[in-house]
Amino acid sequence: MQAQDTQKRLSGTGRGSGAPPLVEMRDISISFGGIKAVDHVSVDLYPGEVVGLLGHNGAGKSTLIKVLSGAYQMDHGEILIDGKSVEIDNPRDARANNIETIYQTLALADNLDATSNLFLGREMTTPFGLVNDAAMEAECRKIMAQLNPNFQKFNDPVSALSGGQRQSVAIARAVYFNARILIMDEPTAALGPHETQMVADLIHQLKAQGIGIFLIDHDVHAVMELCDRASVMKNGKLVGTVDIADVTDDDLLSMIILGKQPAQKAE
Amino acid sequence: MTETSSQPIPEKAKPSLFQQLELDMRLLGMIGAFVILCIGFNIFTDGRFLTPRNLFNLSIQTVSVAIMACGMVFIIVTRHIDLSVGALLATTSAVMAMTQTELLPQILGMGLNNPATWAITIVVGLFVGTLIGAFHGWMVGYLTIPAFIVTLGGFLVWRNVAWYLTSGQTIGPLDSTFLMFGGTNGTLGTTTSWLFGLFATAVAIWALWSGRRAKAAHGFPVKPVWAEATLAGIIAIAILGYVYIVNSYAIPTRRLQRMFEARGETMPEGLVVGYGIPISVLILIIVAVTLTIVARKTKFGRYIFATGGNPDAAELSGINTRLLTVKIFALMGFLCAVSAVVASARLANHSNDIGTLDELRVIAAAVIGGTALSGGIGTIYGAILGALIMQALQSGMAMVGVDAPFQNIVVGSVLVLAVYIDIVYRKRLGAK
Repeated sequence: MQAQDTQKRLSGTGRGSGAPPLVEMRDISISFGGIKAVDHVSVDLYPGEVVGLLGHNGAGKSTLIKVLSGAYQMDHGEILIDGKSVEIDNPRDARANNIETIYQTLALADNLDATSNLFLGREMTTPFGLVNDAAMEAECRKIMAQLNPNFQKFNDPVSALSGGQRQSVAIARAVYFNARILIMDEPTAALGPHETQMVADLIHQLKAQGIGIFLIDHDVHAVMELCDRASVMKNGKLVGTVDIADVTDDDLLSMIILGKQPAQKAE
Repeated sequence: MTETSSQPIPEKAKPSLFQQLELDMRLLGMIGAFVILCIGFNIFTDGRFLTPRNLFNLSIQTVSVAIMACGMVFIIVTRHIDLSVGALLATTSAVMAMTQTELLPQILGMGLNNPATWAITIVVGLFVGTLIGAFHGWMVGYLTIPAFIVTLGGFLVWRNVAWYLTSGQTIGPLDSTFLMFGGTNGTLGTTTSWLFGLFATAVAIWALWSGRRAKAAHGFPVKPVWAEATLAGIIAIAILGYVYIVNSYAIPTRRLQRMFEARGETMPEGLVVGYGIPISVLILIIVAVTLTIVARKTKFGRYIFATGGNPDAAELSGINTRLLTVKIFALMGFLCAVSAVVASARLANHSNDIGTLDELRVIAAAVIGGTALSGGIGTIYGAILGALIMQALQSGMAMVGVDAPFQNIVVGSVLVLAVYIDIVYRKRLGAK
């Protein structure tokens, strides 16, 4: 039953069509002071696909993804987008390649309001070069109406918002600027059941628009439900990448804990 | 995720008078404190404090610290500190003093009081100030040396660079046009002051109106008309009231006589001429308005506050926070040079101890004005009010006859108390 669902979802992705993947991270390594946080890891992502990144704390999944979002610079490896090698040295480069990230910490400036956070780094300006607050607030109201219709606190600093409201601001920022590649680092970690469902709905919606999503999560069940494939990491190394349709919760758990591929899955 | 229609603005409980005016409560508190201070001193000095003469002097004494406090707001908002502003003021003042008394007239042979001297001098001073500030910013941003250390070092370095440049001598007299930028030597005169006051009032009302129009155009909630009108009225009274005060401070008869004699005319009997707005105050107003626009309406200002609120988030949003740090410190250096113009022109010469302890006054002004040392919060007008309160306290106590050591004891205590009141106020408000 679950396998059927997954199969249905898979049909929407661009995988298997022969086109190059949307993102390919090849042989990525990064170390901090002699400790290899990421050790020769390769992952890829196709349009309309959700790839889960699983692993214990310190397995290297967040570090790997921060290479893609420009927060860290890799020591070794290559990133290809649409089959072409790209340089991502900082968050600006990542944004220029339509890569958007929702960080676990949300990365919001607490003292600014939702609109300023939504447009931070990409403000709309008037012909005189000044920021156009009214136009930005109008856009912010539009996108928040879609994401979180109950959201009203447009003139309060985001420090005054609830966890779910802050999350919707962070999500709005990632999806507003026509992202093609979306990185979500534990997007539901701080949320209640209702808001978690909201995020799940959103992921389905974005998938349908052909956006590729890397989803970092601790929760195996969430990954089973939302992802098409899962890449499991342990101690900085890639344990393996599997189709969700081919594995069970327990298979994923044993990959995370034991660091071994399920034996029966031969191509 | 169901209804995606427009969002009605929910009806709230009837807002209080102050909420409807959308006035900043802490601004009101500071104005209140300032007014109480003035009235108190006025009583203790038998009415000598609230005279046009004293208020005129108070405003020209405040300018130098207030200009630097504006820049300090941006520094502190981004979680840095600048302990070198007083020393930097001394260095830029020394550079300008040497430029206008040695370099231009003697070495370049332009002679004394050449009409181009003041302009070249100020350009040189502003350039040097900006350059030193940018150098500080580069060390803080790119070499990641804490600002406290960079500017503590700068405090010693620039104080003594100034000493070295002038061999510790008092340099003067300064260029006569240059002197107009500080003190009583340069004022707008009564007519121009009134025109400026009317112009400023018109601009302020236009800014209020266009802000309201922009909100209304998108259908956002706006204040009631009476609230806007009240605000406009308060602003108009404040501006025109100040103009009235400085216009009523008459130039002393003897001084006026000398001015007429200098032009080869005789002064008509019984003539009374008001000073009008000092040029140094005009400079402060220009700095304050420009920086307020920068803070609220430019990307640069937005990034300053975002970086102060969450440096990591700013970096991840693609803001080049290192370059931003360089720009902020360069701006601080520029403003130190502006203050140096005002301060040395007011004193009519460059003295070796110019700007001593200014770093502490400037930081205190910014902090009393509501700039949070934890970053992300601060206003330009707050810092100026902070500077004004400090100066009022200082000169008020001097007029009352409080002993010099007690003056500083009181100012220090007031600084600590003001920050404590601010902490209590923010806790009550529920904000951080």
